[in-house]
Amino acid sequence: MAQIHLEVVTPSGPVVSEDVDIVTAPGSSGEFGVLANHAPFLTTVKTGVLHYRKDKELKYLMVSGGFAEVSDNTVTFLVEIAEYGHDIDVPRALQAKERAEKILAQQQAHDENVSRVQTTSALQRAMARIAAAERCSKQL
Amino acid sequence: MPGLKEVKNKIEGVSKTSQITKAMNMVASAKLRGAQQRMEAFRPYAAKFAGAMQKLSGGAGAGQPLMAVREVQSVELIVITSDRGLCGSFNANVISKAEKLIAQYEREGKKVTLVTVGNKATRAFKRSGKIRRSFTDIMGTFQMFNARRIAEEAAEQFLSKAADQVELVYARFKSLSAQIPTQETLLPIIRPAEQQDKANPTEYLFEPSPAEILENLLPLYLNVQVFHAMLEVGAGEQAARMTAMDNATTACGDIIKELKQLYNKARQAAITGDLMDIVGGAEALKG
Repeated sequence: MAQIHLEVVTPSGPVVSEDVDIVTAPGSSGEFGVLANHAPFLTTVKTGVLHYRKDKELKYLMVSGGFAEVSDNTVTFLVEIAEYGHDIDVPRALQAKERAEKILAQQQAHDENVSRVQTTSALQRAMARIAAAERCSKQL
Repeated sequence: MPGLKEVKNKIEGVSKTSQITKAMNMVASAKLRGAQQRMEAFRPYAAKFAGAMQKLSGGAGAGQPLMAVREVQSVELIVITSDRGLCGSFNANVISKAEKLIAQYEREGKKVTLVTVGNKATRAFKRSGKIRRSFTDIMGTFQMFNARRIAEEAAEQFLSKAADQVELVYARFKSLSAQIPTQETLLPIIRPAEQQDKANPTEYLFEPSPAEILENLLPLYLNVQVFHAMLEVGAGEQAARMTAMDNATTACGDIIKELKQLYNKARQAAITGDLMDIVGGAEALKG
């Protein structure tokens, strides 16, 4: 099967750089899949779970904040956070989720939207982390 | 002439100081390696980001609030220094650069507010009453979320028209021996020089539209800029400390040498004095 080169780059260095069969990622206008020889494409990526298949093996990554570019049979993800499902500290993510939910619930009462956006994105990150870790562990 | 014991104590003290400075030099050089690796790791991200910005520019920039240039009545300076001292004039240079800029803008009748990043900048401008926000003790961890906090606030200030222009003041890491205080405009975002002539053969599919993508990308671009500045300061701080500590160690060596001479002189004088006493005593017994 024809392969496509996948690169995931974060500010603290490249996370993935390998040839894969298919990549599926959370685009801002819906999930999208990329196969070999995809047309040049540029899209933003939202917080969520990215997964790719290589030799019948599925791998899951949590990604947050960035964009994806496809050109010359290479798909590059530039994201601020990228973590493999098996590296994720689940208890910590759960704690973060609870914390964020609590803050959001309290804010609803006061209707104060000062850091609402920040808290919401923290919640999204926590949930994406949990989802990536879960899907990764189910597979094993 | 100082007493023998005093000189000896001084020599011991100085040599202890030189041990400390030597150790600090080594610690700084180890940390510098880490900082340089981080810069190295960040480079591909920054380069690819700039590439994507370029593809999006041209038409898509119109109407982006973060790119809106307006008459400048108030300026916000984000001054980035290290958290710790003992690194020569590294921080002092940045601070004096910031002071000059403040004076210049105020002469032009613009209002200046400050955001200080790092303990040193915060302390330096504490009394000026211009600080709007300060971030301290964040230079030790080079994490994107720290940069994001700073960038998000800067964007807020700009969009709410509290500041018409936001600038970064920091020391650029040019080489081990040169860290240059620099000033960079963060907001409004100036579009990277357009190179449309350079053939754009690949037609991209954009999803959503280029303008929407750009809208999402611009805040990230700010993060990149701030993070980059923080990395530069991180590496520069360690390089400056290495040089400063190296100089200090050399100076300690010089002082020890001088003190040793003094010590030997004092010892000689003491011996001579003792001999004189003995000879004088023997002379007296004879007589």
